[in-house]
Amino acid sequence: MLRVDNLSAWYGEAQVLRDVSLDVAAGEVVTLVGRNGAGKSTLLRCVMGLHTGQRGTVELDGRDIGRLPAYRRARLGLGWVPDDRGSYATLSVAENLTLPPTVGPDPWPLERVYEAFPALHQRRDSAATTLSGGEQQMLALARVLRMGARLLLCDEPTEGLSPLLVQQVGDLLHEAKRHGVTVLLVEQNLHFATGVADRHYLLAEGRVVEAMENSEVRSRERELLSYLGI
Amino acid sequence: MTGFLQNTFNGLVSGAFYALLALGLAVIFGMLRVVNFAHGAFYMLGAFGAYVLLSEAGVPFWAALVIMPLGLGLLGMALERAVIHWLTRLDPLYNFLLTFGLTLILQDLVKSRYGVQSSPYATPSALSGSVDFGLFDFPAYRVFILGFAVLVCVAVWWVLTRTRVGMVVRAATERPELTPAFGINVGRWVTPVFGFGIALAGLAGVLAAPMRAVNPLMGADLIIVVFAVVVIGGLGSIFGSVAAGFGIGLVQAWGEAYLSDFPIVSQTIVFVVMAVVLLWRPAGLFGREEAPA
Repeated sequence: MLRVDNLSAWYGEAQVLRDVSLDVAAGEVVTLVGRNGAGKSTLLRCVMGLHTGQRGTVELDGRDIGRLPAYRRARLGLGWVPDDRGSYATLSVAENLTLPPTVGPDPWPLERVYEAFPALHQRRDSAATTLSGGEQQMLALARVLRMGARLLLCDEPTEGLSPLLVQQVGDLLHEAKRHGVTVLLVEQNLHFATGVADRHYLLAEGRVVEAMENSEVRSRERELLSYLGI
Repeated sequence: MTGFLQNTFNGLVSGAFYALLALGLAVIFGMLRVVNFAHGAFYMLGAFGAYVLLSEAGVPFWAALVIMPLGLGLLGMALERAVIHWLTRLDPLYNFLLTFGLTLILQDLVKSRYGVQSSPYATPSALSGSVDFGLFDFPAYRVFILGFAVLVCVAVWWVLTRTRVGMVVRAATERPELTPAFGINVGRWVTPVFGFGIALAGLAGVLAAPMRAVNPLMGADLIIVVFAVVVIGGLGSIFGSVAAGFGIGLVQAWGEAYLSDFPIVSQTIVFVVMAVVLLWRPAGLFGREEAPA
């Protein structure tokens, strides 16, 4: 579904991605793991079209989207779940949910979103930034599901969440996957990653150094944890 | 008491102009991150256009009230496409140079044709009388300005808070980099929003023609106070700009009425208020600190 080929990216003079290639098949959940500064978030931003200063190919369903602006990529079914959760303070919770146009074949109706997230329903008229961190994370995920995105790009959705909320994010990703949604996930929490993902790419200094099946990550968990410095 | 009410009313009328101009600046800044130093020139063009339409083509005030905002809005959109849109990628210094340069060009174009003397513009006959408020009379035209400006501000507020277009504008104003990731073509709204801000300035200009001296520098005199208003309200804050507009109108009117023995105070009171507000709330009364990029 998603194919990234020989992608390089720069911040000014500094190269942060070096010839990264990876692919994600439809219905898969794939994580990008690596230390801070390995280029995981930049890779996600390149796929979304939010990073200027890149070279290489980004293909969605065989179509080169590397030169499309971010809004067109979103309309092709990319769902953006940013690391800061992307809540709008000047929009209500309901407006945050309905801001993106529906794009995919299977958008969640608002009623279904509210059913799954009673807290969002209760606070639907409040400013989104008055929600708790966990609720804002749910809002960010619910927003792209309501939109009907086919490929979710999630940047550390579990960061700063309590174990209970991490569990909820996991359940939600499992449910999305059951409905055929594909997920590319940046994740520091290796335990969480092995719980939701099918495959993993290990990034270091802007390169993909290893592509691993989930079983392999589980068996090498101790070694990887010490490598990641967690 | 009567005097106080009258001063208050006059303050609200000046405030109406500040509010309309500051509102336009706020929507433009919010969407484009451009401070339009040419805003006063478009206000002047609104007034001058109404004067020229009436004196040279016999077009009445009411028609000018529609024609000038529309025409200037279109001119604003053309300017945005031609030059303003380059500013987003340049150092803020160019923002100042370009829009200030536009001001000088527009002012001098008008000056070269009509000179610097003020031109009279008759109050429309339907509004030439006064309205009896019991305790005092007030010119009908000023009552009209106040009501009309409040109506425009409420309409803008309604569009911004209750419509999908307004939601998109708010989202793009708050998070310009993030919003396209949700399928919103922010660029599509930039030109109309700029045109709309300019149209508001033109509208304020037409409203000013019958009660203010119509001359090429009328905008330059006003815009300094309007910038103080925008800063007090919070740069980019829609509600802040309107509230501060009316608030500063009041402060100025009361200052002139009750501190007239201390001209140095009454003439600088707006900037004193601005300084105090900035010390207390650096982002303005209703502004929010810019999120770190």
